[in-house]
Amino acid sequence: MSQQTPAPATRPTRRKVELDPRLAAYKGVWVFVEHERGVAHQVSFELLGEGRKLADALGVELAGVVMGAPGEATRRFCAEAFHYGADLCYLVEDPILADYRNEAYTRGLTDLVNAFQPEILLLGATTLGRDLAGSVATTLQTGLTADCTELNIDPENRSLAATRPTFGGSLLCTIQTLNYRPQMATVRPRVMTLPEPDTDRSGRIVEHPLGLVETDIVTKVLEFIPDQNRDQAQLAYADIIVAGGRGLKRPENFQLIWDLARVLGAEVGASRPVTQAGWVSADRQVGQTGKTVRPKLYIAAGISGAVQHRVGMEASDVIIAINEDPAAPIFDFATYGIVGNAMQILPALTEAFRQHLATARKAG
Amino acid sequence: MHSVVCLKQVPDSSQIRVHPVTNTIMRQGVPAIINPYDLYALEAALALKDRYGGRVTALCMGPPQAEAALRKALSFGADEAILVTDRAFAGSDTLATSFALASAIRQIQRDMPVDIVFTGKQTIDGDTAQVGPGIAKRLDLQLLTYVAKIDDIDLDRREIVVQRRAEGGVQLLMTRLPALVTVLEGINEMRFADLDDMFRAARYPLKVWNREQAGIEDVAKIGLKGSPTVVAKVFAPQAKRERAELIETHSGAPGDLAATLLAKLFTRFPHVQAQVQRQAL
Repeated sequence: MSQQTPAPATRPTRRKVELDPRLAAYKGVWVFVEHERGVAHQVSFELLGEGRKLADALGVELAGVVMGAPGEATRRFCAEAFHYGADLCYLVEDPILADYRNEAYTRGLTDLVNAFQPEILLLGATTLGRDLAGSVATTLQTGLTADCTELNIDPENRSLAATRPTFGGSLLCTIQTLNYRPQMATVRPRVMTLPEPDTDRSGRIVEHPLGLVETDIVTKVLEFIPDQNRDQAQLAYADIIVAGGRGLKRPENFQLIWDLARVLGAEVGASRPVTQAGWVSADRQVGQTGKTVRPKLYIAAGISGAVQHRVGMEASDVIIAINEDPAAPIFDFATYGIVGNAMQILPALTEAFRQHLATARKAG
Repeated sequence: MHSVVCLKQVPDSSQIRVHPVTNTIMRQGVPAIINPYDLYALEAALALKDRYGGRVTALCMGPPQAEAALRKALSFGADEAILVTDRAFAGSDTLATSFALASAIRQIQRDMPVDIVFTGKQTIDGDTAQVGPGIAKRLDLQLLTYVAKIDDIDLDRREIVVQRRAEGGVQLLMTRLPALVTVLEGINEMRFADLDDMFRAARYPLKVWNREQAGIEDVAKIGLKGSPTVVAKVFAPQAKRERAELIETHSGAPGDLAATLLAKLFTRFPHVQAQVQRQAL
């Protein structure tokens, strides 16, 4: 179940290969535009920004792929894709596609790929994107690289060079799909920057039928229960995060994190040991196996800064670390550090922010 | 009710350290464990067996040492354990891995039909979440990923109802067996191994299958040959930041430290100050 376990000692792969002429016919960069409950997922726009660069490097077109129930809402996603850089959109409209179901979406996307043959296909590494990407790649028998942090075109052979963390994020590896098309990759939300939309941009729409009837689909959606507190989306896209780790020693001390977060109007994050111990719910975990975040301010209290956590938050603008251990790795990459007992520093910090805000409010 | 649970043996990443000077990974002495996400899958399968009876088969592809992971699974209560191991699998990416595991599951099915194949939501070393969907497509199983709860199974009607974690909510899905279920973390707690099972696990004659025994004829579908992706290079990340500026005061009192920190923070990063003031309304 791993991506290849790369051994640094292996001999360099021959990357200069003649592409099978049948595969050379695959042209263009595609981004799957994910949406649920009438809203496009921001990761799709982040990917369009990245896809634009790849398409320009290759001198090909960038396409959005929009699938959904017939109607205004679905067509609006095409317009948004144009704003974020797409030249054209492939549109599959069918009532069967109203809710995400693996079978129908796999079939629709696989058919589109076979019909229009893109060389690169990008999807968000969300629960939907990973479910779909794994199924489509297996059906098409092609390569898929998960959770990429960097995408480039290899000038040697015009193939996609997809870089991702390996060994829990302590090393990076660049993966290529040489003799198979399309080259598929997923990218987690917030890893790529969101481009500025250009609302004057437009493009052309290519419609394609789904070719399924409802009775072909075995799985039925009985109900969709929306989250009460849209925790998941909020953490990944929060501008301020206060996170706690094992250094808080006892679950009840985690309240100090909540206290500071409330004063700042911030989201609460946590390291893996703390979520595994059940101090807070698993969807608040930041790190390689949790969420990737890039807030303006990240306050980490009692978090040592292990690689697993670091890769999920090091893109933050400013990192404040509080830890008792002056040798904790988090001080190697934080912006500011306080060596001290988090149980004493946190309340002081909460109070300092409270006073600052009270003064600002009076002045403002 | 027959469940197959796919397990992977992985290095315990919480024990992996990076060398501070050379920035290389220090793997010596890192213990191998069952991928933690797979334990939720195993417990889900065992719970179904408690409810509906039947059998739980643990399946693992890996080097011979992965036997330890399977014995652990037996000690928790798995009835059977099969290790698929062959040098020909070396270098398999997710596509080749799902091919090999799907072949092995076909062999298992000859013995007893399989109702559900379980996997964890992903591994902690590869983190791809691709093998589960891959197995499902190859065996034409209904795919249910990120399952938070199995609400109901009707073995007569061959129906299963689950809660699936989706973006922004939970999908209540009904589908037909056989299905492949990838289990979300934290939905159950692994039971303790009881003494009888621990003895049984130690004595159990593990089934060890090589490539042929796993039903794989075409070697071009496994290992490096069967893997569309190639690793072009492996490298250490560039250190992106300077070391932290440590906040110190004469008194060392928490209040002074906090005040000094805020003054420095807001002077150097006015956009953070603006964000704090905007958000705290």
